[in-house]
Amino acid sequence: MNNKILKITTTAIFIIIFVVFYKALQDTNIYTPKKKSNNEIPLFTANLFYSNKQINSSELFKLDKFYLLNIWSSWCVPCRTEHPLLMDLTKNKKIEIIGLNYKDKKNNAENFLNELGNPYQEIIFDKEGINAIEWGAFGVPESFLINNGIVIKKYIGPLNKELVEEIRLLIK
Amino acid sequence: MLLSVIGHYSLVAGLCVGLIIIFFSIKNFQISEHLDAKILSFTFLQFILVSLSFLCLVFSFVFSDFSNETVFNNSHTTKPLFYKISGTWGNHEGSLLLWLLVLTLFIFLFLVKTKKQPVKYKILTLLFQQIIIIGFFIFLIQTSNPFNYIYPTPEEGLGLNPILQDPALAIHPPILYLGYVGSSIIFSSALAATCLNIVSKKWASHIKKWVLISWIFLTLGILLGSIWAYYELGWGGFWFWDPVENVSLMPWLALTTLLHCILVLEKKQILTSWVIILSISTFTLSMCGTFLVRSGILNSVHTFANDPGRGLFILVFLFSLILISLFVFFFFHKSTQNELNNFSWLSKETSIIINNWFMMYFLSVVLIGTVYPIFLDVLSSQKISVGPPFYHKLIVPFLIPFLLAMAIGPKLKWVKSNLEDKFSLILLLIISVLISFFILKIFEANFLINTILISSAAYLFFITFRDFFIKKFNNISQNIAHFGFSLLILSILFNSLFSSEIITNLKVGETFEDLNTKIILKSIEQKEEKNFKSIIANFNIENSKGIIENLSPELRIYNQPNIVTSEADIKTTMMSDKFIVINVVQNQDYFNVRYQVKPFMLWIWLSVLLISFGGLLSLFKKNYE
Amino acid sequence: MKILKLFFIIFFIFSFNHLGANTDDMKIKITKNLRCLICQGQSVYDSDSEFANSMKVLVDKKLNEGFSEKQIYDFFKEKYGEWILYDPELNKNTYILWLLPILIFLIGGAIVVKNFKIRK
Repeated sequence: MNNKILKITTTAIFIIIFVVFYKALQDTNIYTPKKKSNNEIPLFTANLFYSNKQINSSELFKLDKFYLLNIWSSWCVPCRTEHPLLMDLTKNKKIEIIGLNYKDKKNNAENFLNELGNPYQEIIFDKEGINAIEWGAFGVPESFLINNGIVIKKYIGPLNKELVEEIRLLIK
Repeated sequence: MLLSVIGHYSLVAGLCVGLIIIFFSIKNFQISEHLDAKILSFTFLQFILVSLSFLCLVFSFVFSDFSNETVFNNSHTTKPLFYKISGTWGNHEGSLLLWLLVLTLFIFLFLVKTKKQPVKYKILTLLFQQIIIIGFFIFLIQTSNPFNYIYPTPEEGLGLNPILQDPALAIHPPILYLGYVGSSIIFSSALAATCLNIVSKKWASHIKKWVLISWIFLTLGILLGSIWAYYELGWGGFWFWDPVENVSLMPWLALTTLLHCILVLEKKQILTSWVIILSISTFTLSMCGTFLVRSGILNSVHTFANDPGRGLFILVFLFSLILISLFVFFFFHKSTQNELNNFSWLSKETSIIINNWFMMYFLSVVLIGTVYPIFLDVLSSQKISVGPPFYHKLIVPFLIPFLLAMAIGPKLKWVKSNLEDKFSLILLLIISVLISFFILKIFEANFLINTILISSAAYLFFITFRDFFIKKFNNISQNIAHFGFSLLILSILFNSLFSSEIITNLKVGETFEDLNTKIILKSIEQKEEKNFKSIIANFNIENSKGIIENLSPELRIYNQPNIVTSEADIKTTMMSDKFIVINVVQNQDYFNVRYQVKPFMLWIWLSVLLISFGGLLSLFKKNYE
Repeated sequence: MKILKLFFIIFFIFSFNHLGANTDDMKIKITKNLRCLICQGQSVYDSDSEFANSMKVLVDKKLNEGFSEKQIYDFFKEKYGEWILYDPELNKNTYILWLLPILIFLIGGAIVVKNFKIRK
């Protein structure tokens, strides 16, 4: 009697383990960190790229518009491919693009913008990369769609045509 | 291209032969008392066909036959010959072919070398093993064929990741697989023995050499992996409790426990159920490991998408094997009610039971730590990491009683023991405590737990050392293996307590100086090698006594694939290693320099070799008797 | 006797946590506990990637601002989730993780003791 219970329990445990592993295989393999319940934009102070002034996060995102925070650097190859799309997006009056220049040298970054154009209303100069961490980013490029102080969507990796379309729809 | 054709069709032929073997085995089992010679020949043929296939793959790599998709993905014409060859198993498909090669070899050897066991047992073992082999054949041919054809034939391959081009990593898979496959033989034969109800002293003696062979190779395989990590990966560590590492450690823990139990079963008819369970578990854990690592289920942020089809196959295969084993165990195993359990609490049997208790605990810690994140993610979509702190906290305190048991256990007699020479045992314990106390005092390391930990390890050290001289060659293999283990723990402890590190940024000509060390970056050289460009930084490192050493770490910029690797320069002496790496800092003109002094690294490697050597001695002692 | 052993074990586990107030040691301890999110299994301390270096700078900054160890961990957990920490904290998600091995140890002990009691 005792024995039978043991056999059934053991088999049941293994079946459960199998099901768990099976489901785990189905899940997406790319990890996107789930932000905690509040998707508010972080509060921080940063240096501006051109003027070197310090600025508060509240000042940057104060207007009742959509903002796209784009993390980029001159040494980042995928940033080059997404840049023309950003230039395109500037034509849309509903959205402003704020840049975060990540761990870069000023002249290299300026050359990059001279070559490919400057879509950014403002640029944050994040020499050490700590502002990016405030946003919960871990690489380049990453972009955040913001409205009313809330992060609506986070994009890891370079933007492409479909994602930009999605952004256009979201900001209507 | 011809090579691919031969390679592929040899595999298909091998699969057919495998099925034929099953057919004839079933017939033989029902009919006769003698092993049909046909079976032996077909098993040999199966092995030959797989070897042929394997050789075709090797030659495809050597001749850079890029019409073969696997070769294209993993090789390059400029790779040195040694790494072209080892590139054969440095990828998913090739490594599976290597698995199959060893599987077919071992079952053939098993049939040939097993002489004094009943024929039905040999056939059943063969049958169970063939299930595994057929599974691998199908997996290989259907989802991971190393002979896929691409057209048009590319001019050049994609190359092998340079951090994999290392001698230790080249032989790490074959050695490790020998261990895993050995455990598959144990699995099959344990199931066979259960069916026939012959799990006994005689069977234990017979299977012991397979357990030893498997165990020795698994130990060496893990050692090679750690050595590679230390020399190649550049952070000066050798074990990180990474899932891939844990996955090789788990079968090792089960196998070591099994080894100890077999030693008991050899002498008396007890623990039979447990031995069967361990035999099943060891191979299950090996397969589980294969699943976890190749299915893409365990990953960090930047993993490429693994083929979920492959993962699913291994999962289903693995659980089919588990179900079969459960069925065999529950249905066929009759636990003998009156197993001779008449040993006192102070006896060798008890100490082995205690060993089992602790080993299973350690195994559960590693297993739970490794798979828990998966369960949590599936059941509640939360992602957590389980890293070194978890394992340290749960394992280290329990090492203390474990080490003490290792010291006393072997001295106990079977059945009942009045502990002889109690006086010297206690004396050695006091000496160990005092020595560890003074060592920690002198070097100003704190922590109560370290004192106790070092004392226990030192105690084991002294006891086994003393036993070596007193008992001469009685049980020398166990003595050496336990001595090796104590040395391993001591080396790891001293290494972690007394390592030091300096991290700084330097340009050419700059100096870093602190109380004990002066580091000067003297010069930078650039060189062009066959498949990479190299930047060598020459350092002078002066210690507090004024002795200067030259160390030259290197940065390598590979062209195919486009990767920069950092090659540490390591000066090894008996007492410590001096380890230095440099790294490029993005957008800056200085280098990030890491200099570490790591005591007793060499002893960590040597102690593991000693442990394997103990196992090896046991193997030869058996043959001698 | 078993309870005494258990007490010692728990005592030792917690004796791990006292560390000197030395900031450098604390920085090393924290960065060893933080996971480098773009590496294949390395701590921030061991890694030299851009992300890891930025993290190190930020940890330094927070320590200088007077954040405690727990506050720093909470800060990073808020940005990246629980999985940035290598030492799984004891909360409702991880009770099973920490307690299951201990439970297994105790069950093992019970089996061992039962084995001897049977034969008496």
